[in-house]
Amino acid sequence: MKKGDFILIGSILAVAAVSLLVYRYMGSVAAQWAVVTVDGQEYGRYPLDEDQEILIQGAAGGTNLLVIKDGYADVTDASCPDKLCVHQHKIRDNGETIVCLPNKVVVTAVNSGRPALDGVVR
Amino acid sequence: MNGKVAKYGMLVALAFILSWVEALIPFGNLGIPGIKIGLANLVVFAAIYLCGPWGALLISLVRIVLSGLAFNGMFYMIYSLAGGMLSLGVMLLCRKCRYFSKIGVSVAGGISHNIGQICVAALTLGSSSVFYYFPVLLIAGTVSGAVIGCVGGIVLEKLPRGIIGG
Repeated sequence: MKKGDFILIGSILAVAAVSLLVYRYMGSVAAQWAVVTVDGQEYGRYPLDEDQEILIQGAAGGTNLLVIKDGYADVTDASCPDKLCVHQHKIRDNGETIVCLPNKVVVTAVNSGRPALDGVVR
Repeated sequence: MNGKVAKYGMLVALAFILSWVEALIPFGNLGIPGIKIGLANLVVFAAIYLCGPWGALLISLVRIVLSGLAFNGMFYMIYSLAGGMLSLGVMLLCRKCRYFSKIGVSVAGGISHNIGQICVAALTLGSSSVFYYFPVLLIAGTVSGAVIGCVGGIVLEKLPRGIIGG
């Protein structure tokens, strides 16, 4: 191994560690909403303190079953073949995400109930 | 020419088999999308040293199309393509600058594979929230890149020159 290898691996791991820490800091708050987007458009916004089941109509006719229970949001069933979204862990903390690539469905736990803003200029 | 055809054919077959082995392992159960060893990248990595940039590109493309059709489905081909091409490009650059050993080259390839895929995911989903998985995928890319680099380095050393001569 050359010196460059150590610098490369060291800096990648440092970047990963810092972003994990930032996420942990951001995510330490339990979120209030599960925001669902399909193909980049907001599909719905559901309170996490209300147990419910939502059948999401994804892109290209696919469906995902979103279950909200005990403050957690979880995708428990899907029409896609690989079921990666079903295997992903249930989410509760701010910023946590469940993704279904084939149906273009993203479920994100969000802290604020206001419509998502791209940014605020003061 | 004949030797070249045989060599490329063998490497494509090897990559195809490794893709199949990889498809048998249920990484989905980990709960994090996109984590894999990338066994087939071992062949692409070796091809960089055995066949040069164009040979490696050819083998990588054929491998992606074949395994896309056979195992992963057409839908994931664009992800493999984005990851595979970015990773190959980065590995070629890293090899060229001579600042890294084989392990460094492979680690750079591993993380750029994941970065390429996460960028395509963000584009097709129209959502940046997939970057939530970015740190974990960076670590996964580093580990799998290091493994591929170590194994690839050993394989390249042990290969008799006569069989698959450069």
